[in-house]
Amino acid sequence: MVRLSQLAEPFRTHLLELPCPTFESEPWVPGPAVERSRVAIISTAGLHRRDDRPYSIGATDYRIVPGETAAADVVMSHVSSNFDRSGFQQDINVVFPIDRLRELAARDAIGSVAGYHYSVMGATTPEQMEPAAHEMAGLLKADGVDAVLLVPI
Amino acid sequence: MGGLAHYLEGDGLATTQISLIREHSERMRPPRALWVPFELGRPIGVPDDAVFQTRVVMAALDLLSAEEGPVLADYPEDAPEADDITGWSCPINLAPLMDEAETKAQRLGAAFDDEIGRLRPWHDLAVEARGRTTVGASGLEIDAAGRFIAACLERELPASPRPELSTPEVLRLACDDVKAFYLEAAAAQPGRASSHDLAEWFWGTTTAAKVIVALRALCVDNEDKGLRGLVGILVPRAQLHRIG
Repeated sequence: MVRLSQLAEPFRTHLLELPCPTFESEPWVPGPAVERSRVAIISTAGLHRRDDRPYSIGATDYRIVPGETAAADVVMSHVSSNFDRSGFQQDINVVFPIDRLRELAARDAIGSVAGYHYSVMGATTPEQMEPAAHEMAGLLKADGVDAVLLVPI
Repeated sequence: MGGLAHYLEGDGLATTQISLIREHSERMRPPRALWVPFELGRPIGVPDDAVFQTRVVMAALDLLSAEEGPVLADYPEDAPEADDITGWSCPINLAPLMDEAETKAQRLGAAFDDEIGRLRPWHDLAVEARGRTTVGASGLEIDAAGRFIAACLERELPASPRPELSTPEVLRLACDDVKAFYLEAAAAQPGRASSHDLAEWFWGTTTAAKVIVALRALCVDNEDKGLRGLVGILVPRAQLHRIG
């Protein structure tokens, strides 16, 4: 259970008033057939490999999470303390469902799992993330990805 | 999240996303979004429940077959509540909270160090059971992280133990590591603690929380810009009521 209307003030108002940019156009790419899609995850949870650089306040860059990365090698350095981390501590898949994608690929519910996944630190405004988004798009295409699962935190 | 969807789709990639705050998705209108009624920090719903998680992931992926958009769908299933969300309490006898006259940095640091030591066996069990720990973003061992945090309460800030990061940056990461260490240790104890139980225990009873709250007070109006930047970060908004 968490609906915005059920959160306590002043946190509810804080979330409600977070800036959300609007866009003049609404780009639309026809989705691939799910059972033939190559799927990558982009998480805004501030995830990275243990020996990679932690995110800083206002970070506008991304981190690569190779598909074979072990859960034990993934840590989180998101700057916000306003979300639960005990779920991630218990099971990485509750924020980064990599094992679920592997299982779906194994039973042909999706085509394949990308070789590389990505994470950013979601406290940065969307506009500031635009250069990183374009860079990730190029990398995802080079990996043959045709469907991106975006997972917030 | 919705912004990334716009940019990626504009670059020719089909996206689908989880939405935790429906109001944000309504405003940003990403191409495909599945709003889920889950707790912030748990976008796929339930840890250690592969069947539940698969249903959520597939519901998001199924939006790829929509013929036109934007699509904002509602996931119909709530995450189940913990079996007993009010009965859990940490059985470890942590150091009692000190009164204000005793909160000098050195005494607080010593109590903090002692507390970490008493939780260590439970954290060892947590690592054994889960096969991993999420402690480590600071790059410091937990004892060193605790000592570094305690040292920051002293009059003079210690040098950063990581040359590539500033002292405030390491301080933030060390605090996150301490929180992770405590929550992982507490979750390993008997009983089923909900995220709410764990947060209430940490922020309401531990010396670690008292140290972090003291650090936050030190950061307010501090001449160091990096420390001032931690004021809104160290303590969750939902716990600010504990600060007088």
